[in-house]
Amino acid sequence: MPRSVPRYGLCMAKVPDRQICLELLGRMCLIRRFEEEAGRQYQRAKAGGFLHLAIGEEATFVGTTSVMRDDDYLIGTYRTHGHALARGTSPDAVMAELFGRETGTSGGRGGSMHIFDWKRRFMGGYGIVGGNLPLAAGLALASQYREEDTVTVCMFGDGASNTGNFGETMNLAALWDLPVVFLVENNLYGMGTSIERHSAVTDLSRKAEGYGIEGERIDGMDVLEVRERVSHHLEEVRSKGRPSLVEAFTYRYRGHSAADPEVYREKSEVEEWLAKDPIESFIRRCLEDGVLNEDDVEAARREADRSVEAAVRFADESPEPALESLYEELYVVSETMGWYAVDERSPEPHRGELGEDAPEVAKNLAESGASHAEEARERQSREGVRE
Amino acid sequence: MSEIRMREALRDAMAEEMRRDPDVFVMGEDVGVFQGAFKVTEGLLDEFGEKRVRDTPISENTIVGTGVGAAMAGLRPVVELMTVNFSLLALDQIVNHAAAIPYMFNGNVRVPMVIRMPGGGGHQLGPTHSHSFEALYLQVPGLLVACPSTPADAKALLKAAIRDDNPVVFIEHESLYGIKGEVPDGDDVIQRFGEAAIRCEGSDVTIVGILKMAHVAEKAAAELEDKHGISAEVIDPRTLRPLDLDTILESVRKTNRAVIVEEGWPHGGVGANLSTLITEQAFDYLDAPVQRVTGADVPMPYSRRMEQAAIPHEENVIEAALATTEGAFPRERQD
Ligand SMILES: Cc1ncc(C[n+]2csc(CCOP(=O)(O)OP(=O)(O)O)c2C)c(N)n1
Ligand SMILES: [Mg+2]
Repeated sequence: MPRSVPRYGLCMAKVPDRQICLELLGRMCLIRRFEEEAGRQYQRAKAGGFLHLAIGEEATFVGTTSVMRDDDYLIGTYRTHGHALARGTSPDAVMAELFGRETGTSGGRGGSMHIFDWKRRFMGGYGIVGGNLPLAAGLALASQYREEDTVTVCMFGDGASNTGNFGETMNLAALWDLPVVFLVENNLYGMGTSIERHSAVTDLSRKAEGYGIEGERIDGMDVLEVRERVSHHLEEVRSKGRPSLVEAFTYRYRGHSAADPEVYREKSEVEEWLAKDPIESFIRRCLEDGVLNEDDVEAARREADRSVEAAVRFADESPEPALESLYEELYVVSETMGWYAVDERSPEPHRGELGEDAPEVAKNLAESGASHAEEARERQSREGVRE
Repeated sequence: MSEIRMREALRDAMAEEMRRDPDVFVMGEDVGVFQGAFKVTEGLLDEFGEKRVRDTPISENTIVGTGVGAAMAGLRPVVELMTVNFSLLALDQIVNHAAAIPYMFNGNVRVPMVIRMPGGGGHQLGPTHSHSFEALYLQVPGLLVACPSTPADAKALLKAAIRDDNPVVFIEHESLYGIKGEVPDGDDVIQRFGEAAIRCEGSDVTIVGILKMAHVAEKAAAELEDKHGISAEVIDPRTLRPLDLDTILESVRKTNRAVIVEEGWPHGGVGANLSTLITEQAFDYLDAPVQRVTGADVPMPYSRRMEQAAIPHEENVIEAALATTEGAFPRERQD
């Protein structure tokens, strides 16, 4: 299936100063190395479940986060390690999550698809395609409600732009003037279905038109273009309080997930995109410009190697979550909630319930070994009623 | 008879019904070119072409709804939802439309469709991809609900589902796709809904298990026999709506004890429902409270150890069976 080469951005963005270039290069190298290593660790069965790698999409992530404010929100997908890393989440914690360890971003409960980092306002990766879109509108609603000028960046795939959640969220966000930059990572495929076979309109930026908001297609392989254009959108959204849609053209070099024979695309297509590698082309640009030299590049790669190696070590040495914690964090146990047993068949308050947080009456009940059943029986005999 | 895998049995069922009836077609996300996320639709596109094997966008509610519409007009869609969890996005079309329409329009129109969905845990897919919603669909009047545990049942039930004029929620278990089993040859072997299978006969306790838990129940029964001298009768209902309650009650009247095993959550689960039915209809025969063995009451965790702790295993079933023989409540699960 031959494919047309996508249209590119109109202008070449200017090379920023050295510090920024180092930062952009460092982050992209980190994500690349992290993803490669995650793939290896998955082969070694250190990570389980599904593993979706974003190799090739680094410029879209890093270009975007590099122009976001610390108090802006980012929300991602299930191909989400790079979102978190771009936002500054420690590779240790992301790798530990892949390993299912207690020190992971979600304590081993979420796994690869469900990374989260509240501190960096990375509001999570989500396993349900399109599920993050309404959440983005909600985050933006909170900003608007509190009269804060924070913007939410919502990243999602080309495939997600066909979900009902997309249409409903775009309309609501436009209707309520919610400050969201919807950024569609158009990597031309939803799993094994190419964009021509899944979307009636393949210029996804045009999906904005129906909601009366601005839409723009950008080159997601060019970190400088992503920076420049997303920065424009962020400021427009911030100042006008209207959402907008950015379609970043990008590509995933690896399969959809670890088990993908890739029967749906030609090798030549992958090679064509490899020639546009976001990291290599950025390096070329920086060297040509003179803002970075070969040593800088070498140092960035080495640093990425080092942090990813350290992350693997950290994850490997981290403890597995304690089985006693299975029921923890399901509810907040507080005065308003009262005493409960998670699994009602258990005659005792379940392990995992935070005893110290339980109200006095619950503690007394628990201490006297009372169960719901006994409590009910007691009440029955007291009041002479049957439940 | 030939020995094939569950995924092949399901594929063969679809292929045979598609050959038999030109109104049968398949649609879903990545069912065509990609051959299905779990390779259940492998080869169908090649044989039947794009008209009858349709790749869809990621739009669960719309895919099901389109199926409902096509079914109302007389086609027989087989819709694949990639994972049970994603069926929640289509719940509106399944419950408010597919299930309600025949009744709401007084039988003037039918919805002859099948909605296939694989679920269950065990592959570390975490809290958005691993659940078991048999109980959810079981609750909906208007739906038929199948939950096969063997390749033979999978094939024969799916063929019946496709031929049936009601909307069928056809629940598969991801861990069972690879299991092999003897499947009768011939295009016309179908399994009627509402006929339970007695997997092994016994006299001391009745163990009811569905999907993967039917296998767990069988293994537990073997160990109960070997190690504890307890003779367990294992029943696989195969369909939950209609439910072959007679077979289960008959067994309970004989054994006077019942254990129900499922992977789903305890509250309002398959076991909760069945336990009530048994208690209502065979109370006088029971020597012990009905026991339920269920998945843990949490969203499915990712970590392997935690996930395994959240899924029922043979030991849990054995413990519950022993509890019925002692007449005691089950102890807390020791993991
Ligand atoms: C609601 C829902 N339906 C189906 C899936 C299965 N699934 C996971 S990823 C994917 C493709 C998504 O494609 P896209 O949005 O383009 O993102 P990409 O994988 O290209 O990053 C599908 C169908 C899912 N996770 N959630
Ligand atoms: Mg995509």
